[in-house]
Amino acid sequence: MRRTIRFTVNGDPVEVEVQPHWPLLRVLRDELELTGAKMGCGEGECGACTVLVDGKPINSCIYPVLEAEGKQVLTIEGLVSSENELHPIQQAFLDKAGVQCGFCTPGMIMSAKALLDMNPNPTEDEVRHALAGNFCRCTGYVQIVESVRHAAELLLKNAKQTGAGE
Amino acid sequence: MAEQFVGKSHPRFDAEKVTGKARFINDIKAPRMLYGKILYSKRPHARITHIDTSKAERLQGVRAVLTGFNTPDVRVGFLGDQIALKRDKVRQFRDEVAAVAAINEEIAEEALELIRVEYEDLPAVFDPIEAMKEGAPLIHEVDARGKPRRNNILPLPWKLEAGDVQKGRSESAFVVKDTFRTTWVHQVCMGTSGCIAEFDVNNNLQFISVTNVPFGGKDRLDMFLRNLGIRGSTRILTPYVGGSFGSKLDTDIYEFIAVLLAWKTKCPVKILFDRLEEFTASPPRQPIIGTVEQGCDKDGRLTFRVVEMILDNGAYTSWGATTPSVMMVPISTLYRVPNISFRATCVYTNNIYAQAMRGYGNPQATYVVEQSMDQLAVEAGIDPIEFRLINANEPNETSPMGLKITTCPMKECLEEVKTRLDWKKKQGKHDGHGVGVACFLHVGGGARVYRSDAQGLILKVDDEGKVTAITGGTDQGQGSETIIRQMVAEATGFRPQDVNIFQGDTEICPWDVGTHASRHAFMVGHAILMAGAQVRAKLLAMASTWMGQLISRNLQKKARQDPDFKIPDVDLSLLSNPENLDISNGQIFLKSDPDNKLLRLPVAQIVRSAHMVGTGRGEMIVAEAFYDPPNEMLNAEGKGNLSCCYTFGAHGVEVQVDQETGQVTILNYVAAHDVGRAINPMLVKGQIYGATIMGAGYGLTEEMQVNAGRVMNPNLLDYKLLTAKDKIPIDPVIVEPIEPSGPFGLKGIGEPACVPAAPAIANAVADAIGVRIKDLPLSPEKVLAAIKGKGR
Ligand code: FES
Ligand code: FES
Repeated sequence: MRRTIRFTVNGDPVEVEVQPHWPLLRVLRDELELTGAKMGCGEGECGACTVLVDGKPINSCIYPVLEAEGKQVLTIEGLVSSENELHPIQQAFLDKAGVQCGFCTPGMIMSAKALLDMNPNPTEDEVRHALAGNFCRCTGYVQIVESVRHAAELLLKNAKQTGAGE
Repeated sequence: MAEQFVGKSHPRFDAEKVTGKARFINDIKAPRMLYGKILYSKRPHARITHIDTSKAERLQGVRAVLTGFNTPDVRVGFLGDQIALKRDKVRQFRDEVAAVAAINEEIAEEALELIRVEYEDLPAVFDPIEAMKEGAPLIHEVDARGKPRRNNILPLPWKLEAGDVQKGRSESAFVVKDTFRTTWVHQVCMGTSGCIAEFDVNNNLQFISVTNVPFGGKDRLDMFLRNLGIRGSTRILTPYVGGSFGSKLDTDIYEFIAVLLAWKTKCPVKILFDRLEEFTASPPRQPIIGTVEQGCDKDGRLTFRVVEMILDNGAYTSWGATTPSVMMVPISTLYRVPNISFRATCVYTNNIYAQAMRGYGNPQATYVVEQSMDQLAVEAGIDPIEFRLINANEPNETSPMGLKITTCPMKECLEEVKTRLDWKKKQGKHDGHGVGVACFLHVGGGARVYRSDAQGLILKVDDEGKVTAITGGTDQGQGSETIIRQMVAEATGFRPQDVNIFQGDTEICPWDVGTHASRHAFMVGHAILMAGAQVRAKLLAMASTWMGQLISRNLQKKARQDPDFKIPDVDLSLLSNPENLDISNGQIFLKSDPDNKLLRLPVAQIVRSAHMVGTGRGEMIVAEAFYDPPNEMLNAEGKGNLSCCYTFGAHGVEVQVDQETGQVTILNYVAAHDVGRAINPMLVKGQIYGATIMGAGYGLTEEMQVNAGRVMNPNLLDYKLLTAKDKIPIDPVIVEPIEPSGPFGLKGIGEPACVPAAPAIANAVADAIGVRIKDLPLSPEKVLAAIKGKGR
């Protein structure tokens, strides 16, 4: 029995026919062709599928799509600006080598975004805590943590500049 | 050094990966694509008496159901000891007994459930020592050629003898002997395995593959096609790969099955593993039982070393069975030991089988050798670091295995550990707080495991002033997309951002032996130097033809447009000699007058002029190189100079052990590494951090629990990877002796940090609690049991 649900993805309203038992990840990847979020386990363990729903990081592989009804979903594809510029968190992951194979990266960046939205200047422990649900087999996490803290600096600098410009 | 780009921590060129645009195998679809799924054995050892696929075949949406009964009997694997879909019997729980292709994954899964397989159980054996005994159930009754087998021991008698062990023994003042065990650990790539197979109407196979060895994979698939009687050849395309760590060296059974399904259906067929399959049906690192005996004289100098390894080979053979060839490196050459005896026996059992994982046998071998080193140090009454310094390898020595050591800062690395950990103050207390050290060596300049250890490279310069590097290598995250750009820029005179990379297509890319053995930077670096020199020479020659007239035309034009402009009095004839010219940042200029803007031109303008000269006289800039290093294959005795150079290092660990829970906390971690030269220090550190954490997981938490052949923890909840919360304060120390055999002085650094982590931790825990735990991992339960048992 299919149902139609409506929600917003990266600012665009969408209307999708879904099976009620589908997880959000399946709809994002297969129906909406937003393949940035990755399936690393499908069991809520690895965080590769992390997207933000109303600003909160969730494991979209186990998040029932019906719960997204009427909500704002943000995926990695929604971070690049309309001028095609990288988001500071994305830039920071390149600058500080927070990415190696890149499979965990979209999820990592979304978890980092949720953290920095709430806590613009986190300590190392706060970053490590926020990323505890995102596995990475390549980096050993050190340069991911450095990337997130570097992103915080970039974002604070940007905020100051815009603040000063006003 | 006057280098502009090499040696700098250039940011990664990986925008695709941070934007979600990078397409991994998971993200690729083809029109009319079918989904393949595999049915695995329900028994560890049994005869297949009957398979009924009729219901599955009738299911709407199913396009093919294959078993060993309706597919040709084609042997695969490096000893040819299996067929893709098993027919007569199953030998492990991961044995593939049937496969389906359907229009979607759900239907494919439903079809698997409709297949009925009847088994007749056979006695099974899961312990390699039991499996070696006479009368043990035979896993394979015959070998690949049909010759009857008498026991479960593989026909791979790994052996290395050097010097005179008896003599060494008699010269020893102290001798220790002990047995250590390591378990199965999994590569756990975050991206699971997968492929897409598709035939064209000429029977050629296009295979989208996560392999690190595209040309080796092509060879294996081409042979598979030939043996199936299909007259076509394979083109391998590699997408972004979600990690490898050795898991993607061999062509795996699911890949052959995808080919069978694609041939049967003439549609593209994708097989993508889920996490459960990744854990249960992809081959991990091999477990060993290692017995080591070694001795030293009264001054602490090593006299001999004898190592016997038993490897649980599982039911079939992949690269895991060849890891003893790399175990030989540390066993013969880690420290100066004149007399060596090494033997490894691989034994078939009904367990899962294994292949390569970061370090390729070296982590297991170093684990046993380095614990024995500590035991011997205690016996001889010498501090463990001093004991290692007495025996440390030195530059310009040849080891008993025939490894020719070039640069070797092992002592420097040990000194770094000693100072940074404040070793003297902390060692030897046994009060729950301890320090440990382990050294390593690993191949640093390739490893000649095939007749060729080469990499091909093409560089081409276009008329926008960009260089494209077309390489046969692959990237699985190590950062070649960044360092290739740095090295090409350095070698040719362009900027890193002017370099594009094309890889991952066997039809177009030049041949390469594979991205294994930490060899990629070394090989591609040499190929870049060779081809880069040609590009420079060709560009300068081209510039000498064109620059004079182009500049004179520019000057005249300028004079026409601007009446105040006076054409300067310059000798343009100097420009017609290539030796007077140089390139930097994509500009060609006069060496004697490098800052003169009037006498410099962008490469783009010169190349464009050379392209557009008129019929038959144009020229282009393309250069190629095929670099095959001067290393040697091991001879029949297991000797030879396997690599052009070897990389050394030492890890030092400070731990706190909770006496109530057995929990080990790492307080300090020094990872001192000889890298030859860091092309990109930030990325080198990335390899050290990542591999150290993987090695620390091997030491502390990771374990595939295999019970009677079945993996009991095939998920990320029960298989304990370290997470961001397991904060291990790693202090990476990069030592740069500048390796003469390496391009720009570099040595390979992909695997090494994974090697010494577990033994360094084990030595630190032994120092902390005063008793040694000999089996990996050092879980809290084992540590607690060791503490409790101490009084007895
Ligand atoms: S894929 Fe969702 S947590 Fe792993
Ligand atoms: S970069 Fe490979 S898993 Fe994180």
